[in-house]
Amino acid sequence: MNASTQSHSFDLSTAKVRDLNAALHALKEGSNASLWRVSNPRGLHALAAGLDAPVTVEIDGPVGYYCAGMNKQATVIVRGNAGVGIGENMMSGRIEVEGDASQAAGATAHGGLLFIRGQAGARCGISMKGVDIVVGGSVGHMSAFMAQAGTLTVLGDAGEALGDSIYEARLYVRGSVKSLGADCVEKEMRDEHKAQVFEKLKAAGLEGQVDPSEFKRYGSARTLYHFHVDNASAY
Amino acid sequence: MCGIVGLFLKDKALEPKLGEMLSGMLGTMCGRGPDSAGFAVYGAGESDEVKLTLRAAEGYDFVGLAAKLGDGAEILQRATHAVLTVPSADEADVRAKIAALAPEVTVVGAGSRMELYKEVGMPTDVAVRFDLAKMAGTHGIAHTRMATESAVTTNGAHPFSTGLDQCLVHNGSLSNFRTVRRNLERAGVTIQTENDSEVAAGYLTWRMKEGRSLGEALEDSLDDLDGFYTFVVGTESGFGVLRDPIACKPAVMAETDQYVAFGSEYRALAGLPGIENAKIFEPEPAKVYFWDRAAA
Repeated sequence: MNASTQSHSFDLSTAKVRDLNAALHALKEGSNASLWRVSNPRGLHALAAGLDAPVTVEIDGPVGYYCAGMNKQATVIVRGNAGVGIGENMMSGRIEVEGDASQAAGATAHGGLLFIRGQAGARCGISMKGVDIVVGGSVGHMSAFMAQAGTLTVLGDAGEALGDSIYEARLYVRGSVKSLGADCVEKEMRDEHKAQVFEKLKAAGLEGQVDPSEFKRYGSARTLYHFHVDNASAY
Repeated sequence: MCGIVGLFLKDKALEPKLGEMLSGMLGTMCGRGPDSAGFAVYGAGESDEVKLTLRAAEGYDFVGLAAKLGDGAEILQRATHAVLTVPSADEADVRAKIAALAPEVTVVGAGSRMELYKEVGMPTDVAVRFDLAKMAGTHGIAHTRMATESAVTTNGAHPFSTGLDQCLVHNGSLSNFRTVRRNLERAGVTIQTENDSEVAAGYLTWRMKEGRSLGEALEDSLDDLDGFYTFVVGTESGFGVLRDPIACKPAVMAETDQYVAFGSEYRALAGLPGIENAKIFEPEPAKVYFWDRAAA
């Protein structure tokens, strides 16, 4: 933190979520109001959603639905668990959850890094479009469903139907995969992929703690890309 | 949508505060279900007595009804509901008398310890009308409803009770409930409303009548009930939780040495004592969870 940095605190036991978000939305590029500490979040919804400034928001406790949704540029740190849809549709920036995340973490997200230290629930990375997601624990069923681009790196296990109907995106799983979804297959883990896993682990601050060669890679078999003429009679 | 909360106490010292804790949890879930609310509380009771929870129109003379029933029937009125305590042996007689003398009165629940209240309106108002905050007990479940499958009426509000000391609250929607209801009716289980959730309650009651434990009955429902659901079920000795295999309806749980708590969202749990150090987890899909006083 440099000398010109201003730090702000926001206590949600007295202040309103709308006021917090309005203050964060008012921040412009180059603002030096760069550190925001939020206390007593108590699972409230939509905290720090829609940010578009290079600020850091530290939330001291569990958050509800869609925390840091649509995030651009900002770093949002959650010192607790996150509810449904953390970082949904994020474009850039960094979101870090110190606890577990509920369903649909990083859904439809286009860019940036979403790092969940604990477990992620079902449908983690559903329809992801370029985001990098790193999960320290395991992910639930139907994770990376219809994933289009980006990476999902899981240090633990994956639940049922991983990568169902996946278009593209690279899925790296260190533990077991309960089952693969339609058109998702295991692929060869070449040096370039190990290097990519290392890069993602490093982005999350986990480099040196886990060996990238312990991961397996999963991706699209690309058989669902085009309409198959044998199915014409179904319509 | 709909919101569910449930609280099962391990620490006896908290029992006088059950209602207060439960009403706080219920209040936070108003936004998930502002149409109506209801709750079941497992409080004091004798094993050889049955508490019948009755419901009638606003201003109904329950004391007059108790006088008509005779035999020093003990009745405690709370707004549109009243709890009538009778010896277990007389339950069938008393029910028959109520049906004959006061057809305008509905028996909404029965059990040695369970009392059940539900009404249309904002959940916080419903809790105040029935004075939930002052109730004591070992465990309780509550529901805030946003109606999908049937009308916004008191009959459509949760919990549903289809057996002694048994009740169920549901968030979701069952798709094969008409088929299940026909099968249950053939098996002799009475379903009183058009509501899909009552069918789920009746289904569990039927399985338990067939000798299954609550845990086993919940396992059976994974095969027989189609749709999406999170159930929280109360019995005399405990409560159970089940989410369907897709698990799109939310559920969060907290466990400490003092209690096990259920909420549709973490917000419902945020005010509980010691929540900062509780074990917080989301129940897994298609997995039966059950806490029992007898085993605790």
